[in-house]
Amino acid sequence: MSSEKNNDVHKIVDHLFRHEAGKMVSVLTRIFGFKNIEQAEDVVQDTILKALEAWKFGKVPDNPQAWLYRAAKNKAIDVLRRQQLKYKIDSDISYLLKSEYTLAPALNEMFTENEIKDSQLRMMFACCNASFTQEVQITLMLKTLCGLSVKEIGKAFLSNEETIQKRIYRTREKIREENITLDYPGADAMTQRTDAVLKTLYLLFNEGYHSSHPEKLIREDLCEEAMRLCLLLIENPKTNLPQTNALLALMCYHVSRFGARLDDKGLIILLKDQNRNQWNKFLIEKGNEYLSYSAVGNVVHDFHLEASIASIYANATSYENTNWKLILGMYDNLLSRTNNPMVAINRAVVLGEAEGYNKAITELEKLKTCTENCYYNTSLAEMYMKVGDKETARKIFGKALELTSSNAEIELIRRKIKMCS
Amino acid sequence: MEKFLYLFRGGENNAHDMRDNNLSPEEMQTQMQKWMTWMKALGEKGILVGGEPLQVTGKQVTGTKKVVTDGPFIEAKEIVGGYLIVNAKNIDEAVEISKGCPVLEADGKIEVRPIQSMEM
Repeated sequence: MSSEKNNDVHKIVDHLFRHEAGKMVSVLTRIFGFKNIEQAEDVVQDTILKALEAWKFGKVPDNPQAWLYRAAKNKAIDVLRRQQLKYKIDSDISYLLKSEYTLAPALNEMFTENEIKDSQLRMMFACCNASFTQEVQITLMLKTLCGLSVKEIGKAFLSNEETIQKRIYRTREKIREENITLDYPGADAMTQRTDAVLKTLYLLFNEGYHSSHPEKLIREDLCEEAMRLCLLLIENPKTNLPQTNALLALMCYHVSRFGARLDDKGLIILLKDQNRNQWNKFLIEKGNEYLSYSAVGNVVHDFHLEASIASIYANATSYENTNWKLILGMYDNLLSRTNNPMVAINRAVVLGEAEGYNKAITELEKLKTCTENCYYNTSLAEMYMKVGDKETARKIFGKALELTSSNAEIELIRRKIKMCS
Repeated sequence: MEKFLYLFRGGENNAHDMRDNNLSPEEMQTQMQKWMTWMKALGEKGILVGGEPLQVTGKQVTGTKKVVTDGPFIEAKEIVGGYLIVNAKNIDEAVEISKGCPVLEADGKIEVRPIQSMEM
């Protein structure tokens, strides 16, 4: 009896409810239409609640996923019949919902594996519609595709629930006003629209990877969600572009260092000082694999360069043995394509390692627009430290200290200041 | 050993509360995991006799005329959401055991009732 119960507990995999909620919202929104997304979300919440009630005493069905889908389908059919929503919906399958002959079979079809993935892709394109701001795009993705609640999104962005709630409310109005649908982009717009999705996934990932959020778990969750959605794009031939593979490679390399970025007290460990044995070898190999898939065609995307840079770092045996000259060349290329100041700062630091720290100082001093950026100041101070000018380094670290509110960063800078005296 | 009945009311059995609190799928899963862990512990210690969750709908059959009405139709918080039967030495122990139940964390309540034994 007890071992049977044990198995039951393990049948519920990590984030099952969250991930299945994301899938079901995508499918049901496709059925109800984008403007009726609230109804889709209500059905999903009822479904998950029903599962919680039915399973909590320890009896989990053999196939929890199928159970959830069956419950969601039944609930959706109820809603379609009872609320006559079927006459207000306009989705690509709405004609199938108007007759009892086709209603149930159509819903069954929508909940098959391929159609679920298809719905998720449509939802990704819809979330990244050009009429939404970048902020809205990320919020919508987390809400609809990743199953995060308003509260959880607020927490992830260190923003309050009300702000996110208002953002979602306004977005829903916009969906109705502009009649944004879950249609697939045409073949001619596919690459461009996929690039828009990739950009949003990149920002979502960075939010998790670079944010100064105090909770490590939340940051890792955002990265994991971004990777999961990127993988979905790779699984579909239409969106499996070279840049999609490059982005996933980049994510794999970054995440491979998660375990080595913080010490047991939660303090930041810089790349130079990280224990490379703690880097996740499996993820580095995955990164190498996707990077090799990305090397087709004749278009070089920013993600190719960023992934290549990350790959050199990830595959170097030590900080000293890193091929700085090669990285510098890639940064030069990247910088010529973008005027992103963070790229310029990173490039200057790499220049320091490749050609001498004085050169890096000269380059950094030229970046006048970055002087109020914490990372800029810590990078510059670090270079002054390296050339032995502790006095100047200390002053600049002092300025950096005023530009961050992250406890981990404050602690790191304080340690640096101590080293300068 | 005596047998005791736990009747659960409120907590996450209450769909309306759930909606008002806007619990996320992740939070619901955490809630469920807590139940499973608690139930598993009861099972392993030989405390658990059995029990089931109940749906919120039902019928009531009343009196000599056997009048059938729909549903309990009382306030959602008062609807019995499930029951368990457990083994315990006495009512005090049964109450102590019940304190570990996750329904309490969701602000629900548990009625602990000794089951009347036939051997007096």
